[in-house]
Amino acid sequence: MSDEVDPATETPPATAQRLLDVRGLRGGYGPIQVLHGLDFHVDAGEVVVILGANGAGKTTTLRAVSGMIEIAGSVVFDGEEIAGTKKADIVRKGVAHVPQGRGTLPELSVVDNLRVGAYSRKDKQVDADMAKWFEVYPVLHERRDQRAGSLSGGEQQMLAVARALMSRPRLLLLDEPSLGLAPLIVQDLFQRFREINKETGTTMLVVEQNARLALGIADRGYVIESGQIILQGDAASLIDDDAIRKAYLGV
Amino acid sequence: MELFIARLFDGISNGATYALIALALVLIYKATTLINFAQGEMAMFGAFIVLVLATERGVPIWLAVVIGMAISALIGAGIERTLIRPFDPADHLPLVIITLGLFLVFGATAGIIWRFDPRPFPRMFPTGNALSFGVATLTWYTVCVVLTVLIVVGLLTLLLNKTKIGLAFRAVSSNLESSELSGIRVGPTLQFGWALAAAVGTLAASIYVANPLFQLEPSVMARVLIYSASAAALGGLDSLGGAIIGGIAIGMVQSIIVQYVPFIPNELSLATAVAVLVLVLVFKPSGLFGTPQVERV
Repeated sequence: MSDEVDPATETPPATAQRLLDVRGLRGGYGPIQVLHGLDFHVDAGEVVVILGANGAGKTTTLRAVSGMIEIAGSVVFDGEEIAGTKKADIVRKGVAHVPQGRGTLPELSVVDNLRVGAYSRKDKQVDADMAKWFEVYPVLHERRDQRAGSLSGGEQQMLAVARALMSRPRLLLLDEPSLGLAPLIVQDLFQRFREINKETGTTMLVVEQNARLALGIADRGYVIESGQIILQGDAASLIDDDAIRKAYLGV
Repeated sequence: MELFIARLFDGISNGATYALIALALVLIYKATTLINFAQGEMAMFGAFIVLVLATERGVPIWLAVVIGMAISALIGAGIERTLIRPFDPADHLPLVIITLGLFLVFGATAGIIWRFDPRPFPRMFPTGNALSFGVATLTWYTVCVVLTVLIVVGLLTLLLNKTKIGLAFRAVSSNLESSELSGIRVGPTLQFGWALAAAVGTLAASIYVANPLFQLEPSVMARVLIYSASAAALGGLDSLGGAIIGGIAIGMVQSIIVQYVPFIPNELSLATAVAVLVLVLVFKPSGLFGTPQVERV
């Protein structure tokens, strides 16, 4: 059995609800290695943020978790090794990924985008879920027959998130949701993430450049630089960390 | 005036075939974002299967068409699995060369199996005229061909808009990465597009050579492909309705130009299709009904 308990793990009893456990993650694009051995974890029900500058490897980390690039190292989701598993199967296990930029299907209507989100589901509650997300994001309901490509940037981001939630994920990966959006819209978007997390218990792993915003809704955070984790801790302590304040908060 | 109407009717019946092949091209384009240069030859090959079933095995013609379409769908699915899927979808050159290779393979194979002599195709539609004004006659063939095209486009629209595989197909053709991240298996979905296109192509080639004026031979679809590619480009390459309107329009343009522009003889009518193609690409690259390639940065 390989289920030895690592004595270095900070909170051994928590392994029972450890949803995502990543160890020694390496990966990149062709000959270019971006990730140089990352260790991080996300517990069930948490909102965890990964901070870092452009090119630090944040997006690559999410792409590695959802199976979009070839990786070395171990990615354990809900007790099961998923490194090397096909994308479509990782989604079926309960990991939904909202990619950077607009992860929508621009030629399809809002309703069809949400149906695509529920594509891997077999149950009969798809319409009920759609009604629920329409309640959370009423503007999507107003525009339900419009092509996704005709929505504003903020609306497309809401649609991308709602589409991912339609798969009833246990882990939602959000890649720079604030990118290219106006500050007020971003505030609202992030508040909504926290509410969704509280109400549905959906665990979230958020990658962000906007540290203040992301730490504001997160339980814990990691800071990565050049493909390595240089700092970690709970959100409150990171917000007060001098290095973070200088590098990411501009104070 | 009667002559004009007569030419229009001729244009419609040819145009309907162009429309169906254009429809097949659009399906492949939506799946793989390339023009399948072998589409016409695959369709010709399918029509030969129909012909053999009907004339040598005594299968009723419409049943033979359905069986031929099913066999073609399997061939199309096999091609996608073995020759398309292994390649990077973003790198078009190898894929284009593969479809050109398939063009040669299907043409040569049909010649080896069935020889190059033209063969009459079984009648699929009633003969005679539905309407006539003097020299202008609307044959039952034309009426039935147009009806067939409308039924096919109707069924395809239902399939794409009302079924789960249709939703997956539209999703993949809209945004491959996001579709994959939603749990759609991209390979089988694109394979479905190839199978569908091959089946529609075989129907198109069958109704084309079912025209009492034509016969089936291995090179019969080569010209049709040029007209159909122009039709698909005119319609916007990713629009089913656009392919139909483009096909009928190209058929009519061909028919009327040959009649009324004296310096373009019938042999040069293919050039009209190429001219339309060039004009579309220069002045409206997204066609009449296509989705413009706009990206917000």
